[in-house]
Amino acid sequence: MDWAITWLMILGFGVLMYVILDGFSLGVGIIFPWLKSEQQRGVAMRSLSHVWDSNQTWLVFGGVVLFVAFPQAYAVVLSKLYLPVMLMLIALIFRGVAFEFRFKAESSRRWWDFSFAFGCTLATLCQGIILGTLVQGIKVDPSVSTSWLTPFSAITALSLLAGYGLLGSCWLIQKSEGDLARQARAIALPLLTCVLVGLVIVSIWMLVKEPTVAERWLSTPNLYFLMPIPVLTAVVTIALVKAINEPEKHHLVPLLLAIVLFALALVGLVVGTFPYIIPREVTIWQAIAPDSTLSFAFVGVMIFIPVILLYNAFAYRVFWGKTNEADGY
Amino acid sequence: MDPAILSRMQFAFTISYHIIFPAITIGLSVYLAVMEGLWLRTKKPEYLQQVKFWLKPFAITFGMGVVSGVVLSYQFGTNFSRFSEVVGPILSPLLAYEVLTAFFLEAGFLGIMLFGWKRVSPKVHFMATVVVCVGTLMSAFWILAANSWMHTPAGYIFQDGRFEAENWLEVIFNPSFPYRYFHMVIASLLSASLIVAGVNALYLRQKKHQEFARVGFSFAMWSLLILAPTQVLIGDFHGLNVAEHQPIKLAAMEGIWETERGAPLRVFAVPNSETERNDFELSIPKLASLIITHDSEGEIKGLKSVAKDQRPPVAVVFFSFRVMLGLGGLMLLLAVLGVVLRVKGRLYIYKPFLTFATLMIPSGIIATLAGWYVVEVGRQPWLVQGLVRTEDVVSILPAENIAFTLGLFVVVYGLLFSVYLYFIRKLVRKGPPVLLGDDDNHLTDDSVQLATLTPVIGLDADKVRT
Repeated sequence: MDWAITWLMILGFGVLMYVILDGFSLGVGIIFPWLKSEQQRGVAMRSLSHVWDSNQTWLVFGGVVLFVAFPQAYAVVLSKLYLPVMLMLIALIFRGVAFEFRFKAESSRRWWDFSFAFGCTLATLCQGIILGTLVQGIKVDPSVSTSWLTPFSAITALSLLAGYGLLGSCWLIQKSEGDLARQARAIALPLLTCVLVGLVIVSIWMLVKEPTVAERWLSTPNLYFLMPIPVLTAVVTIALVKAINEPEKHHLVPLLLAIVLFALALVGLVVGTFPYIIPREVTIWQAIAPDSTLSFAFVGVMIFIPVILLYNAFAYRVFWGKTNEADGY
Repeated sequence: MDPAILSRMQFAFTISYHIIFPAITIGLSVYLAVMEGLWLRTKKPEYLQQVKFWLKPFAITFGMGVVSGVVLSYQFGTNFSRFSEVVGPILSPLLAYEVLTAFFLEAGFLGIMLFGWKRVSPKVHFMATVVVCVGTLMSAFWILAANSWMHTPAGYIFQDGRFEAENWLEVIFNPSFPYRYFHMVIASLLSASLIVAGVNALYLRQKKHQEFARVGFSFAMWSLLILAPTQVLIGDFHGLNVAEHQPIKLAAMEGIWETERGAPLRVFAVPNSETERNDFELSIPKLASLIITHDSEGEIKGLKSVAKDQRPPVAVVFFSFRVMLGLGGLMLLLAVLGVVLRVKGRLYIYKPFLTFATLMIPSGIIATLAGWYVVEVGRQPWLVQGLVRTEDVVSILPAENIAFTLGLFVVVYGLLFSVYLYFIRKLVRKGPPVLLGDDDNHLTDDSVQLATLTPVIGLDADKVRT
């Protein structure tokens, strides 16, 4: 068994879980300012209050898997992207405490609404910037500084903002009724457009600027193997537009399709950068941790991840269905 | 300013802030599990009332712990990147196991614990409470294992420029781990007991929520009576372990410069690192040797037995240690006075004692923090005792970046802490929920006078469930 590939898959799984689960949690915060009434914002936040913590835990999981499997990448990436990482963590603090305080507040409720929307938006922008900078490449050499605020990272940041917003609105379509559900559907469509525009710009940019990426994608026979990714993306997009536009028939389908869309985008990204853990500098085989570390941690992952998925599914089932006013404590 | 110093300041600040919240939630989660268990067994509604009241401060505190904890999980990489590369292969799996066995567990069941009252049966709810409690204890297990390894490294080899594990059991159960783990868990239980005791003492003094306050106060005072002496005992064992593995830290704790036999216990002193002696000293002959070596003529190593650049900042360690001991003494006093008053039948009414208990609310937390300063500052200049120096493994970062984020943390954390205290105060003022018993929502949040509460106790047990 190739440890490097195994752990890259575990890392990919963790990142995907995070992006999907905290994606919709942060997304609700991103579209928060567009929700009309105080009561709707209350339902929107309550629909997340029992899941945001476990969703965010996947971020810690992703970080720790990187630390376990590719300690050099963990060290280089985090210290090179110091400011966006720190700002993201501080933004997540604003998001998290808003849940604890909003429902116990009376006069200060508007502050916690702001704290929630601000925290979600800033955290997402930081994650987008981190993603964009990683894709563009960072230098391992400590004396060479890495610029993380570039036109490219700005575009990935805005795309991610639209993407999470889309996931968030699809979550609300599933969890709410009446006016709020109608609003969520109305917000979802323009966000989907933004996501597609972002995906197209980022893809073309990469193909033009990075010869290695262009070669990977456009050479035969790779082209035939990789073609399903853009084709599936197009198919899913069309289905998603239809599902959003049919309010009576679909509640859960838009969320599921939006998740598939995200997974496809992530696969597309990994295809372009494989086998690098720090793009164009360090491969997964160069950065891999010693065997004693990997085998010990692997046992834990294999035993506990299925258990975690089971009890998280149980927790989701307990709160299944539309969120109502009574789900408080 | 030196980036190494700034990174250390930032780490010290963020971790000190974080530890306050787990220290409370570990103990409080045990309290909640015990009370909910008692309620399920006896069906007495006053136990449910305890759960419903303390659940809210627990939730806020837990939330603060979560948001400040995520920061820490990334700080090794951001601020101590060389450390992550060199020691990562040993420490990272321990953190991974924490995430896998504790973080997910707590997060997964907290939702049901807080919001699931009407969605699951009382038994399933109790299970969620117990699971969250187990999660907090597991979390402490892995964190203390990782931390202890940095003090008493074991089971490793050094090759290819990094530490690798040779024997994971030795890594986890390293020589100081058991002492540290139980010391910390008892510290958390003490901290929570002092908070429960203090808040209820406040109610008793103000003649509010009497029935409710007596249940909690009595339980907390019994807990203190067991926990405080236990902690002294564990602390003593831990001290012996430090003497064996980290003699220089011990010398700093005791303010001992020259290696000496029959060392006196410095009750108070002003250590001076420049002149390498104590400027002022108030001491009891031979007592330090007696306590540490269990022999009045036992030898204790002095700070001067190692070079200056291998000694920790003595004053910080020395004074933190005395703060911890002093507060521990007060806790013992509180527990003993509690027994005396209970025997005399005045436990719930003797005002000076109730005031004392209220003033002791933060003492557990302060003692815990002081204890950590002894432990962590005492290990300096090493990050891994005797193997890795702190200054060698910090990230190469522009100082102004670290200064900027440090400033942000100070402002944001400061604001948050004020808000936290404000909401806790609000919950305490609001008091416990009142037991009604006429529909399926038996506890309301409206504070009504005791008169409405009393007749309800002893109601048909099956009806009183929420």
